Amino acid sequence: METAAADANAPPAIFTRTRVRVGLIISCQIITERAGCLTSVIEHIAEPVLMTPTPTTTTPTKGDPIMNIKKRALLGILAGFSASIAAHVAHADAVQDIKTKGTLVVGVKADYPPFGALSPSGENVGIEPDLARDLAQRLGVKVQFVPVVAANRMQFLEQGKIDVMIATMNDTPERAKLVDIVHPDYYASGYNLMVPKTVKVTSWNDIKGEPVCAIQGAFYNKEVAEKFGAETVAFTGVAEALTALRQGRCNAFVYDDTAIEGKLQDPAWSDYDMPLQSQDAQPWGIAVRLDQPELAAFISKAIIDWDKTGLILQLETKYHINHAAFAVQMHNKYK
Amino acid sequence: MDLIAAWFSHLNDTTGINFTVFYDPFDRARFAHGFLVTLQLCGVTIIGSVLVGIFGAWGQGARSIWRRRFVQAYIQMFRNTPPLVQVYFFYFGLSALLPTVKDAIGNAHPLIGGFIWASISLICFAGAFNVEIFRSGIEAIPHSTIEAAEALGYTRLQTYRHIVLPLGLRICMPALTNNLVNLIKTTPLAYAIAVPELLYVSNQIWSDNENVPEMMILLFFIYIALVGLLVFAMHAWEKSLRVPGLGK
Repeated sequence: METAAADANAPPAIFTRTRVRVGLIISCQIITERAGCLTSVIEHIAEPVLMTPTPTTTTPTKGDPIMNIKKRALLGILAGFSASIAAHVAHADAVQDIKTKGTLVVGVKADYPPFGALSPSGENVGIEPDLARDLAQRLGVKVQFVPVVAANRMQFLEQGKIDVMIATMNDTPERAKLVDIVHPDYYASGYNLMVPKTVKVTSWNDIKGEPVCAIQGAFYNKEVAEKFGAETVAFTGVAEALTALRQGRCNAFVYDDTAIEGKLQDPAWSDYDMPLQSQDAQPWGIAVRLDQPELAAFISKAIIDWDKTGLILQLETKYHINHAAFAVQMHNKYK
Repeated sequence: MDLIAAWFSHLNDTTGINFTVFYDPFDRARFAHGFLVTLQLCGVTIIGSVLVGIFGAWGQGARSIWRRRFVQAYIQMFRNTPPLVQVYFFYFGLSALLPTVKDAIGNAHPLIGGFIWASISLICFAGAFNVEIFRSGIEAIPHSTIEAAEALGYTRLQTYRHIVLPLGLRICMPALTNNLVNLIKTTPLAYAIAVPELLYVSNQIWSDNENVPEMMILLFFIYIALVGLLVFAMHAWEKSLRVPGLGK
């Protein structure tokens, strides 16, 4: 670590680590709660910051409450920028930083059961939040969850809103250029068939000539048609495809295996099954920012340990889903 | 044929302009099938909707108030709802209320498939407009002409068949052509219920090859050609029907 360089480029004193973090969390909450505020924040970009010495800690007791929210949101955003600049320049040990800070902020899905969902009481539950809790426990810090979706998870990580992303993300070369995807990959998902229990399917060749519901634009539709000879009936959305499956317009529904697992836990779909092995498994990776090799190395060790102890297999059992071939394979490799 | 395939394959290799439908056998087969389905859908719905128009316009002039009200209700229902909603309503809504058939393994399947539902809903949609179009032609006929027919002993049906409809058809021809052109352009809606017509197969092809612009261009020209063909045929028909003294 180059201490001299770090000192020379250290961020202005006004942005101390704790203040940055508070700003980040507030801005994150505000932005997710009030999506519309972002534009108005930009309108007020010149006015409030420099005049308020410690604005992130002020409480909105007087004045226009909306203005206060705007100010705080703006500060949060500025703090976020400066934090990422600081992170780029200062090259601090990310693991040490998180330990000092006392919290590990993890981006997880909130709409993808059983991998990441919210319990009725609002708690983050699922395989990925459990993995995140394990990471935090290994670091000896508290865990804090930020819900992410596919469209914002990379940005949240790059901007420093989250320290680690565990959000059902496929490990692709394009993504690996933007964030550090930790190896080994922790999970893998492919496509599979959701079949009514009345339909007996024992191999992928059984769907030859059969109508199979699908989603328009899914990359595996062609393979299902070409390789296995199914007659794909593709709909614009999942709800339409599921309705068509239920109405008997097709004998199976081809979809992401992990999403089918989630659907099968719904009692409404108890007459359906996923009897075949998944095809064309794509690996999932945990991601950190590019400049945090220590954190990546730490997580990499943790993943290997999960594979060794069979934690992922245990979590699959805990959330009532079948063992993914990839998880079993990794367990056998490292045990 | 091989020469065309080789040229388009070469075009893709050298420029990245990827018309897979001309050189990839799998894509070519499904695109040709999609074209055929679109032709069938157009043919069935054009004939069906014109028939609906003819019978509907006759029903509008019926003596029974209930028959007139029924036609009016039909027109309001299908003219006032978006065609996509109608397609979904028939395919997912109405279909769920109908009986199902069991196949060999005991799985219940709906009685009516996507193509038939798409045809029915498009016929109903375009038919509602056609009824009004035919009415416009019928009401343009001088009352004295109908009285003359009555004086000659024609019944109401005979008057409609031999005098009112032939004359009315000539008058409403331009409006009818317009509506049938619109009908052809509405057939891609069948893609929403997985009828493998042109837009549906194009979507499959561009999802696999990421050649959206090429497929869009192809679709664009195919629909121009289809509509051009219809307009040409309708104009030819209009010309052959022309009688001296009526219209221009």
